[in-house]
Amino acid sequence: MVNKNILIVGVGGQGTLLASRVLGRLAAGLGADVKVSEVHGMAQRGGSVVTHVKFGDKVYSPLISLGDADIILAFESLEALRWSDYLKSGGTMLVNDQRIAPMPVITGDKEYPSDVYEKIRQRVGNLVVVDALSPALDCGSGRVANTVLLGVLAAGMDIDKDIWLKCLEETVPPKTVDINKRAFNAGYKML
Amino acid sequence: MKELMLGNKAVARGAYECGVRVVTAYPGTPSTEIAEEAAKYDEIYAQWSPNEKVAMEVAIGAAISGARAMVCMKHVGLNVAADPLFTVSYTGINAGLVIVVADDPGMHSSQNEQDSRYYAKAAALPMLEPSDSQEAKDFVKLAFEISEQYDTPVILRLTTRVSHSQSVVELEDRMDISLKDYKKDFRKYVMMPAMARERHVNVDNRMKDLSIRANDMDINTVEINDGKIGIITSGIAYQYAKEVLPTASFLKLGMVHPLPDKLIQDFSQKVDTLYVIEELEPFLEEYIKSLGVRVTGKEMFPRLGELSADIIKEKLLGTKGETGSKQPADKGAQEDIPLRPPVLCPGCPHRGVFYVLNKLKLRVTGDIGCYTLGALPPLQSIDTCVCMGASIGMAFGMELGRGREFARNLVAVIGDSTFIHSGITGLIDMVYNGSTGTVIILDNSTTGMTGHQDHPATGCTLKGKKAPMLNLEALVKALGVKRVTVVDPFDLKELENAVRTEIRAEEPSVIISRRPCALLDKNKECISYHCDAELCINCRLCLRMGCPAIENIKDGIRINNTLCSGCGLCAQVCRPGAIKREE
Repeated sequence: MVNKNILIVGVGGQGTLLASRVLGRLAAGLGADVKVSEVHGMAQRGGSVVTHVKFGDKVYSPLISLGDADIILAFESLEALRWSDYLKSGGTMLVNDQRIAPMPVITGDKEYPSDVYEKIRQRVGNLVVVDALSPALDCGSGRVANTVLLGVLAAGMDIDKDIWLKCLEETVPPKTVDINKRAFNAGYKML
Repeated sequence: MKELMLGNKAVARGAYECGVRVVTAYPGTPSTEIAEEAAKYDEIYAQWSPNEKVAMEVAIGAAISGARAMVCMKHVGLNVAADPLFTVSYTGINAGLVIVVADDPGMHSSQNEQDSRYYAKAAALPMLEPSDSQEAKDFVKLAFEISEQYDTPVILRLTTRVSHSQSVVELEDRMDISLKDYKKDFRKYVMMPAMARERHVNVDNRMKDLSIRANDMDINTVEINDGKIGIITSGIAYQYAKEVLPTASFLKLGMVHPLPDKLIQDFSQKVDTLYVIEELEPFLEEYIKSLGVRVTGKEMFPRLGELSADIIKEKLLGTKGETGSKQPADKGAQEDIPLRPPVLCPGCPHRGVFYVLNKLKLRVTGDIGCYTLGALPPLQSIDTCVCMGASIGMAFGMELGRGREFARNLVAVIGDSTFIHSGITGLIDMVYNGSTGTVIILDNSTTGMTGHQDHPATGCTLKGKKAPMLNLEALVKALGVKRVTVVDPFDLKELENAVRTEIRAEEPSVIISRRPCALLDKNKECISYHCDAELCINCRLCLRMGCPAIENIKDGIRINNTLCSGCGLCAQVCRPGAIKREE
């Protein structure tokens, strides 16, 4: 199996961890060697968070090197820009079109760049922007935007949809299986 | 069966498989999940202790009584538990005892990046260091074997990237390990001078035996490939180095103390150029050099921060890489991308306290927890943060240093869990030695930063059982504090009045600011607020609360309804009354 590196970035609290766990479980189920590197503790409190998912025949470092990510799944546009130099040339950047102002912007010390996507396009050939929040709200909660994005990611990968759904079901809390499945399906047919 | 597992979960699984009966811990990133995962096994009794020293002592007692025991903590927790650590090295154990310590190179969630390997050396204890989840599980089992065979506690050292990375683990069944007999043996377990002198000889002999055994241990592995470059490494650094130089020769040390002299010397003979690649201090390097072996280490690789494949690539191969020690929050600064430091959550009960302390321009000695974020803009209330419990002692020290008048503009802030961990003795000191200071206990009914663990004042145990609730008011009164006030931090007026009154008092006082963490009740009904643009005078006072739900827009502010949790603090500070509750 060719090694695949997927970087998931966002803001603490957006649910990047769950998305990476579904992906990790999926890869392990396919018989791949897998490493998933997570962020816990202080950084989770509304900070910039990043999770590395690597799978293939043999994975050593749990961290993706600069310029070595096949896909970056960004839950927030500024975070997409921040981590864009991790993308491989020819890689794909999937971005949720959501802006969450960081504290330096809230306090007025910095401005949220108005041209985030232009800046990303200068570095990245294949940029895909989606709105995951609206379908998540349609499903009943903004909290499942992460699962919508997972659906978007899944649609672009060559793995059977049923396997995705099974891994999703095994990973999310039992009470939230239905809403998460709806969110996944909404993302899956988005593009 | 195989399972993708977090390193910390694999440690718990290892404990389960090798018959561990007792697991103790105090939460601390990156170690927290070990005890949480251990608690899920019916066969294991697992508990949160008030602090790491107590956790260590409970585990020692369990092991000496005849039950396999494991105690888990973060690196700085081992400082707290260092007192029993150094002497349990002398007594040895009965049933196996494993001490798990998780270091945090790069300080993702810590106040320093001390290297725990020096504890193994200083306390004369064997230390194992896994490099992924499978090894984490296997090494726990081996650690118990070594512990019982050599009558010694064994330290298992993890680092953030091993603790918090998932990799594939092969599961096995639980071994049937029976309780060992307990025999009274005062020459072994009562460490008075005469007996301790005898036991110190045992310690010395045991470490000599282990350093010979180290040469044949399966976990100290030699991979001879290309004879040009040889790398001696351990833990996660092995994974980074292996990714960069898959064809180099490796000596991977699974046991980092004591080290295998002969194995190191033999390996050095087989390669042209020898490097030692290790995170943090030159622990392996100094020892290898003491053997007279020529090796390149910290001349080339950084001693500060986290290591990465990118750094090794850059230093060894000269290819440009990222300075891998960069934390997510710092990334992008050089390109003028606004930073995103961690923040207090919307609805956080600490926010109001820091707003008031900032407004009153008080000096604030801080402590360890989510509330340390009160040091960052725009709240910027906290003056100091050193270690668990330090806020109280340091506030008293400032009063002694600069006099009682200084204490009229000074408070200590400390969380409920942190106060129980090591604030109580500081408060006793204040009362005993005549302080007139004020301590604010930020009681959010949980251990917040590490992900909501119970503690003695929450009324629940790690195993999910009901427990007697420690009464903080009664406790501080019993310590001799006569002025004890309980306030709701969502009531800014009440809070400000309480602070103003108590800092003026010429005797020690405690304010308990009580309101559960905003993340505790995820199902609560959310009231939301909005800003009426007609009434808003653009004074931006609400932005000083540092709430992520309040956005700065051109002609005023906007409240983000998906983030707002309805605490209403912004409405309380809004002078023209523009911020209103949604009807």
